[in-house]
Amino acid sequence: MQLIPCPWCGPREETEFHYGGQAHIGYPQDPSALSDEEWARFLFFRANPEGPFAERWSHSAGCRRWFNAVRDTRTHDLLAVYRIDEPRPVIS
Amino acid sequence: MTVETPRRAPLGEWATRLGELAPALSIAEQPFLTHLSLRVRSRAPMAALGEVLGTGLPRQPCTFASGTGRAGAVDVAWLGPDEYLVMAAPGIQPELESLLRQALDGTASAVVDVSAQRTTLSLAGPAVRDVLAHGCAIDLHPRAAPAGTCVQTLLARTGITLLVRADDEFTLLVRQSFAPYLAAWLVDAAAEYRTERT
Ligand SMILES: [Zn+2]
Repeated sequence: MQLIPCPWCGPREETEFHYGGQAHIGYPQDPSALSDEEWARFLFFRANPEGPFAERWSHSAGCRRWFNAVRDTRTHDLLAVYRIDEPRPVIS
Repeated sequence: MTVETPRRAPLGEWATRLGELAPALSIAEQPFLTHLSLRVRSRAPMAALGEVLGTGLPRQPCTFASGTGRAGAVDVAWLGPDEYLVMAAPGIQPELESLLRQALDGTASAVVDVSAQRTTLSLAGPAVRDVLAHGCAIDLHPRAAPAGTCVQTLLARTGITLLVRADDEFTLLVRQSFAPYLAAWLVDAAAEYRTERT
């Protein structure tokens, strides 16, 4: 089983975690000004890269905190984990 | 008119079967303990809090601290970066709650009585780490989990909070509704360590 390193609790089994989709998606400044298409883009359109992808995880069976991780979608390697209020780290 | 119904320990009916696991594994339920959820920011008045609790808040994630303060002996477990669980003797919820509220007066914080959420088991004995290892992925070797460790994790797919008090001595918190299932699992997992009695 894959171990996921919670920024607070350290490495734990993946069954302790829940996936939260792509990270760093900001809520629209003025939602009512958005066209239907723009709103749909905000709600449903997500990147699907082959390679490093910044995404949200929740340590739901542990400290119950949300955090961000950069995962390589080809290998499932977690390249970095960082707290929800930290910027996406630069992965070389 | 209110009718007083006697309180039932969540695992009262399991006491005999759990007791039969000794001496390899001694399990005793400590029902009705005072459990208070404490949410505080790092700017909270730590000195005043420490006076009530008899200990500072645990600084490291996944640890707990014990002390004897103005409300008697307490354990304080780290549950998250701004979240702690205060455990104390049964029946002192109102007293401890108001002491903590006084200490935190005027700061962004919360004290909530969550005593009804969980029941508490004390586990000890030479087989305790082997039994837990049947259903828990955490490395409980004393080198990896020394006394003072407190982990929230899964045991047999059930969410638990586990406090390491000594090498072979643990305190296990489990939701009341999951407690009978976990008791059944413990009895089953410990079967191979039981010594036959004549
Ligand atoms: Zn965690």
